[in-house]
This record gives sequence, C-alpha cells and structure tokens, in this order.
Amino acid sequence: MKLESNIPGGPIAEKWTRHKFELKLVNPANKRKFTVIVVGTGLAGASAAASLGELGYNVKAFCIQDSPRRAHSIAAQGGTNAAHNYPNDGDSVYRLFYDTVKGGDFRAREANVHRLAECSNLIIDHCVGQGVPFGREYGGLLDNRSFGGAQVSRTFYARGQTGQQLLLGAYQSMMRQVAKGTVKMFPRREMLDLVLVDGKARGIVVRNLISGELECHEADAVCLATGGYGNVFYLSTNAKGSNVSAIWRAHKKGALFANPCYTQIHPTCIPVTGDHQSKLTLMSESLRNDGRVWVPRNADDPRKPSDIPEAERYYFLEEKYPSFGNLVPRDVASRNAKMVCDEGLGVGGSKRAVFLDFADAIKRLGENGVSARYGNLFQMYEKITDENPYKTPMRIYPASHYTMGGLWVDYNLMSTIPGCFVLGEANFSDHGANRLGASALMQGLADGYFVIPYTIGGYFASSKLDKVNSSQAEFVDAAKSSKAQIDRLLSINGKKTVTEFHRELGHVMWDNVGMGRNKTGLEKAISEVPALRDEFWKNVKVPGDNASFNQNLESAMRLADLLEFGELLARDALYREESCGGHFREEHQTPEGEAMRDDEKFCHVAAWEWKGDNKKHDLSKEDLKFEYAHLMTRSYK
Amino acid sequence: MSGNMNLTIKVWRQKNIQSRGVFETVKLSDISPDMSFLEMLDVMNEQLMRENKEAFAFDHDCREGICGMCSLVINGLPHGPDNLITVCQLHMRKFKDGDTIVVEPWRAAAFPVIRDCAVDRSAFDRIIQAGGFVSISTGNAPPANTVLVPKADSERAFDAAACIGCGACVASCKNASAMLFVAAKVSHLSYLPQGKPEKQKRVLSMVEQMDKEGFGNCTNLYECEASCPKGISVEFIAKMNREYLCSSALYAERVYSTEG
Ligand SMILES: Cc1cc2nc3c(=O)[nH]c(=O)nc-3n(C[C@H](O)[C@H](O)[C@H](O)COP(=O)(O)OP(=O)(O)OC[C@H]3O[C@@H](n4cnc5c(N)ncnc54)[C@H](O)[C@@H]3O)c2cc1C
Ligand code: SF4
Ligand code: FES
Repeated sequence: MKLESNIPGGPIAEKWTRHKFELKLVNPANKRKFTVIVVGTGLAGASAAASLGELGYNVKAFCIQDSPRRAHSIAAQGGTNAAHNYPNDGDSVYRLFYDTVKGGDFRAREANVHRLAECSNLIIDHCVGQGVPFGREYGGLLDNRSFGGAQVSRTFYARGQTGQQLLLGAYQSMMRQVAKGTVKMFPRREMLDLVLVDGKARGIVVRNLISGELECHEADAVCLATGGYGNVFYLSTNAKGSNVSAIWRAHKKGALFANPCYTQIHPTCIPVTGDHQSKLTLMSESLRNDGRVWVPRNADDPRKPSDIPEAERYYFLEEKYPSFGNLVPRDVASRNAKMVCDEGLGVGGSKRAVFLDFADAIKRLGENGVSARYGNLFQMYEKITDENPYKTPMRIYPASHYTMGGLWVDYNLMSTIPGCFVLGEANFSDHGANRLGASALMQGLADGYFVIPYTIGGYFASSKLDKVNSSQAEFVDAAKSSKAQIDRLLSINGKKTVTEFHRELGHVMWDNVGMGRNKTGLEKAISEVPALRDEFWKNVKVPGDNASFNQNLESAMRLADLLEFGELLARDALYREESCGGHFREEHQTPEGEAMRDDEKFCHVAAWEWKGDNKKHDLSKEDLKFEYAHLMTRSYK
Repeated sequence: MSGNMNLTIKVWRQKNIQSRGVFETVKLSDISPDMSFLEMLDVMNEQLMRENKEAFAFDHDCREGICGMCSLVINGLPHGPDNLITVCQLHMRKFKDGDTIVVEPWRAAAFPVIRDCAVDRSAFDRIIQAGGFVSISTGNAPPANTVLVPKADSERAFDAAACIGCGACVASCKNASAMLFVAAKVSHLSYLPQGKPEKQKRVLSMVEQMDKEGFGNCTNLYECEASCPKGISVEFIAKMNREYLCSSALYAERVYSTEG
C-alpha cells in the first residue's frame, strides 16, 4: 500500500500554520450535523471530545471505566513538557522539536514533532485556564523542573499527579459539554468493532459492560484514543484494563499498524516480588535527579547495602556515561540495569533489581530536603515494599511502560481507513523509537485540543458522506461477528483461566521481545505465541454469561486480541535489523554495547497490513526524511 | 511464591441491582504478606473459577491509588484498615494468619450495586456536569503567566484537587453524604482566580445536583475525612457551606433564576 503522509510543504516552522489555512472549513451552523465518535476519554480522547463539542459537533464519547475521569492517563506522575522557556535557559519550540526527534532516535516524523512542540505552549495556557493547579513559585508564576535527561527545565508539573490534574481539566471541560448536550457520554462500554461503509469509518460496535448488550453507533467519523498496548507483557505499569483491542479491531478492518516493536521499558519501577504480581508500579523518573544507581561489584554480596564500601560499588551509569550519569534516557538506563543483572550482579531476592540510593542526597539536603522533593514517592515505596528508603536504598527494575508504536496515521492523524482518526498513545507518529519523559501527556493533549479540531473539519468539508443507519447490513454483520466471538469464548469451558494465559503470554514476550532482542528469541516468540493462542481458543475457561457484568469475559476478549497482536510485535522486531531507541537487537550493537541504527536500510516506518487470520501481514514503508534534525548517533557519554 | 497466611474471606455476592445480596465464605491458604489486597482477591477468583464458580466482581484499574476505581469496604472500613491509601494499595501484611475478612461494596442509595462489589458512581459525574468546571473553551486562554496565582492559594487548591472521586467519603458516612467530594471540587476551583467568576453559580448548581442524586445531609460526623485516601480535609466542607450561604443570599434571585 502506498502511504500518503500528507505532510504540508514549506519550511518546518510554517507547515502547520499553512496547513490550518489550507484545510477546508465546516460552516459553524453545519457542525452540529456531523456526529463524531470518540473512543477513549484519557487525555487524548477527553480533550478531543471537549474541543469538538465546543465547536458544535455532535460527539459521542465512550470508555470502559465507570467514569471518564478514570482513564489510564490519570496515573501519570512526572509532568508535561512545553517550550515556554520561562526559566530563560535557552529553550524554544525548535529545541523541544529537536530534542524529541533525537530522543526518538530519528524514527519519528519531523513535521508532526514540530507541530507538537508548537502546540506545547498552548496546552499549558489552556490547562491553566481550566484551573489545573500546576506547581508555582512564590511570586505566583509557574514553576518548571528538568525531567528525563533534558538539559533545560521545561517540565510543568502538578506535584506527583500531573496526569490526574490534566485529565480532570479535560474531563471537566468535557462534562461541561455533556451538560450543554453537545457530548453524550457512554461509560462502561467497550468497543468491539469498527464499522466501515463504502470504505469509510462510519461507526462502532460496543458492548455494554453492565448488561452485555451489543450496541451499534453510527457517525461521520471515528476517533480512537484508546491508549497503548503495554499489557502485552502482562506485567506493566499500565492500568489493568489497558488493551490493544480497539486499535487491533480497526487494524483488522484495514488500518495499518506502524512500528509495533517500539515499546518503552521504564527503568525505575518496583521489582516483581512473586507469581501473584498483577502489575508493576512506577517510581517517578524524577528520582534519578538525586538518587544514584548502583550494584555491588561482587555478585551475591551478603552485606547490608550501607556496609558495602564505595570501592566495591559499581555505579554503572555514572561510570559508563560520565556526562549524563544517572540521567541518561530511559532506554539506556533500562538496558544497563538488565545487563548488570544478566551478569549476576542484581540485588534482592530475585536478583533482578538494582539499587537507587539516596544516601548522598540525604547527606547533602537532609532528610527533610529529600522528603520535600520526593516525600510522597518514598511513602508509596514503603507502603508497597515495607522498606524505608531513607534508611536503605530503593530496589528498582525496568518494566513495560509505554508503547511508541500504534496505528499509522497521516499528518491529519487519520489512519489508512478514511474517517478513522487515531489520537494519543494509540497512534505512532511523534515519539519514534523512544519517548522522552513528559512528552506523552503533551502529545495526547496536542492531538485532542489543537490538532483534531482542525483536521477533522478538513475531512468533513472535503468528503461526501451519505447518511448511514445502524440498522443497515454493515452494522448488523459486525455486531453478529462480535457476538459469535463472545459465544465461542463462553462455550470453550476449558481448564485454564484467562490470567494464566495472560501470564504465559507475558513471559514469552518479556523474555524474548523485551529489553534485549535477538533472532533466536524472536523466532521462538513467533512460534510460541500462535501456539499459545491456539491453546487459548481450545482450553480457556470463561465462567458466567454474556448478559451480565462479566469482567472475566472482558479480559478474555482483550487477551484474545493481545495473543494475535503479540505475534505481530515479535515479527516487526525480527524485521527491524537494527537497534534504535527502545528496540534493541543484540546483533546490532557497538563493542561497548551501545545501540547501532542502520539508517541505510531502516530509516523508515514499518506499517503492517492485516491479510486475514493466520496469514502473514503485508509490509508498507514510509520513508523518513530528516531535513532539520540531522541524522546522528545519539550519544550520552 | 507461596505465602504463609490462611484466611477466611466473606465476600458480598449480588447478581445485579434487582437481586438480593448474600455473603459467600471462601477459605484461602498460602497467601503471601507481600500481596496487595486485590492480588489476594485475584487468587481467590482463580480458585473460584477452578471450582467452576463465577468470579467475584469488584472495580479496579490502576492499582496504584490514583484512578479512584477500587471501592471495597473491608471489615467495615472503606479502603480497609490502613490510613491514607486506597484498597489497591493495601497489603496483606496488615492482616494476620487466621483472620476472617469481610468484604462489602460501597453502600449508598446513590451508588446502586451493579454486581457484587461493583457499584454505579455516575452520580458523581452528574454533579461535576452541573458546574464542576471552568467555562473556558479551547483557544480562549490567555498566556499562562499573565494571571498570577499566589503559591498558597495554588497549594490549597491542590489539596482539594487531589480528590480521586472514589466515593469512600460517601460509603463511610451514616447519612451517605457526598459533601466532602463536592466541597473538594468547589474549593479547588474557587481558590483559583480562573474559577472565581463562576464561583457562586457553581456551588449552587453542584449542591442542587447532589441533593437530587439522593445523597444524605452532612451532620458533621467527619467519618469521611477519616476514610479519605487522599486526606481531603473537612475544612473544605466549612468553606463550601460559607460559599453556599453567601451565594444563595446574594446571587440566587439575581442571576441564577434567570440564567438557569
Ligand atoms: C505510571 C505512568 C506514569 C506516566 N507518567 C507520565 C508523565 O509523567 N508524563 C508523560 O508525558 N507521560 C506519562 N505517562 C504516559 C502517559 O500517561 C500516557 O501515554 C497517556 O496518558 C496516554 O493517554 P491516552 O489518552 O492516549 O490514553 P489513555 O489515558 O490510556 O486512555 C485510554 C482510554 O481509552 C478507553 N478504552 C481503551 N480501550 C477501549 C475499548 N476497547 N473500548 C472503549 N474504550 C476503550 C479507556 O477507557 C480510556 O478512557 C505515564 C504512564 C504511566 C503508565
Ligand atoms: S473526598 Fe476523598 S473519599 Fe471522597 S471521593 Fe474524594 S478522594 Fe474519595
Ligand atoms: S485501582 Fe485505581 S485507585 Fe485503586
């Protein structure tokens, strides 16, 4: 398939302005004649629903939680970036653009990233206007912190709850539109299928999670803002309900899936304690500003960490990356933690952990100083582990956290299905092979507040959209096939629970398609995932019925999709014979163990097309051009 | 990893809103003190399903204390025996080998049971919809630093904005009052200059909606504060009461009745 990215012409700093002017407009009085479905009410979905409602479109919003305010975005802690340059430390739209392209290891689309940086300041302005209580200085002005290895302070934050506060802002704006009647909210609904009429996205099938009823909803366009697929690893920092289903079903209806192998493993999470573990908790990245990462030089050192003398400690990040030290980007920090553990130097019961030590920071700032900065994080750590991090170093280990891959979209955020737009973590466009800290919130909000309101108008104004009706064949058939899948799941009545299968999938993915990937492991995953999928469809046990609140059925359906998707992720990782960002192919590294890109062969987006059950995907490529941020090797030495 | 605790769990089972609920007793062995409470319930569910029974339904999502989805009353206490945490952050080390643990849903007329311990809290969304926002459309905002917000106001607004909308305050209150939740949102916005212009209308509409939803009155028992996982202070209730009184006196006839 030929991929048309529809990037506007002109110099990079003028593209978006020019595009906004060139997009056709929908007359204000006509907007209410268009219905837009927004699936997902995280930062991307809620901001889109609110803004589209404000413009006068007729919006229907859906989410799986009991309230739109509970989307996974709520969990973001650290902050959101913007190029306001309030600290006067040299930031600019261009620098934010440049850092994001470089941070993404030159695998993102330049034009999109520049637009993102342009929107970043508007986001802060708007959120402040909504009453988001960002951190402030005594003079009443907004405060900034430096985050995730950035050399300027550009991160706006709201204590350790930036995601919650931004989401409440978007949610409240959306509820204001609900009151006005422009947005209709459908909580506890799960999208099961995308409905196409004449090749265009014209509606969805959802399951009412309380009654089990399948409902069809028609619209003139569908926006998917359903988040990332990190739960393919079973254990991740994502919420339990996070899933790939909505975008996967759209994929099976023709939307290409781009770069599924770009997954981000976050370095500072609380390690796994046992088989019962159901999710992993992130400890904010900001901890690396003052905490020092180390392991004992001698494997299985029996001494208490505080009794191990300096000379016998291996501060591996500081030694290997003297200029960035503990603040290297996430992929680098994660991979190095894995390497020292692979060498047998890991700590704790499982030996899959490294120390994050605050002893020096406490000496420098006092316990109170450290507590003022990280008090709530320390408390959280203690609640979970029963250890006091003021007295003994934290133990951390990397965990699946964010997914840069997603549905392929053009500059208008439209997928390869006309009328199906994809926003936030669910699309692929802005973070390349590695996302920098504090840029996902920014992206979700840019997409929802400032991009889709323009580009969707352009689509409506230039497309011919006949009336559709949810009783027509395309809807009825889609609902029928969803119902058939549900009936099949309920009738298997096998021996293994959904969780058992999910855990197994997680093991296969984490061991073979996790932080370090190689041909042998990937081929293993490519044979094991389908085998597990076959077993699932023969031997899964889903008690209960469809006509009730049945959480086990919900999980079974999500897992069914992850079991198909996991294979594509591994295939993409096998295809990409290079190391870039979060994708580390062990065959492609320098003698010092650093990632080696192959710009000759892989400076492109790999977008995969579904060809049918158990058939191989077709590959399409979008070549990436770097006209402004020139290709170079990332170095954090 | 196996643990060393044997427990008796009494869980509330209720098929749907129409049916009557009963307690079901489940015996669990080998529970590890490192498990979270919800992980213990996962283990219980796996066991139930192996016995061909339906799993016990309870809401949860983030499992790190921020989404406000988890909502269980444990031995009579919303979010369980530990302070300032949600039930997903509770760990089994807070219990002893041999304990009997009673698990119930939020009980309030305004939160009907959907199944077992999952309840419908959409009343909270309708209260926000009634006025829990600043009327600003995308594109309207002035540059962020043009409006100064004294740090103290911003911090106090934050203390209130920390509410996760879980509803434990309602569940802990004998009258099933939603005052703490409503007061938190009213205060969050009225401390900030951006929220001030609509302050009077907001408090009146939100309180009116709260009453319509069937939440009870506040009789100053303060159980809400004690059960709140985010430490939202009852001082916000006093603040809201003052704002409410002022607003009804000064504002009601003048604007509110004509504007709707
Ligand atoms: C612990 C943690 C901390 C983070 N911290 C930061 C940070 O400090 N800064 C930063 O920039 N980023 C951070 N991130 C990343 C960031 O939070 C997410 O990438 C971002 O919030 C995703 O937003 P979203 O709107 O795309 O999707 P989400 O917030 O995941 O929302 C998905 C929505 O889709 C709905 N949905 C999903 N599937 C379906 C379906 N099938 N049918 C119907 N509805 C569905 C859900 O109900 C939900 O409403 C963090 C992530 C985690 C896990
Ligand atoms: S005030 Fe506290 S208890 Fe009540 S909803 Fe908010 S966070 Fe929950
Ligand atoms: S599950 Fe999110 S707060 Fe408990």
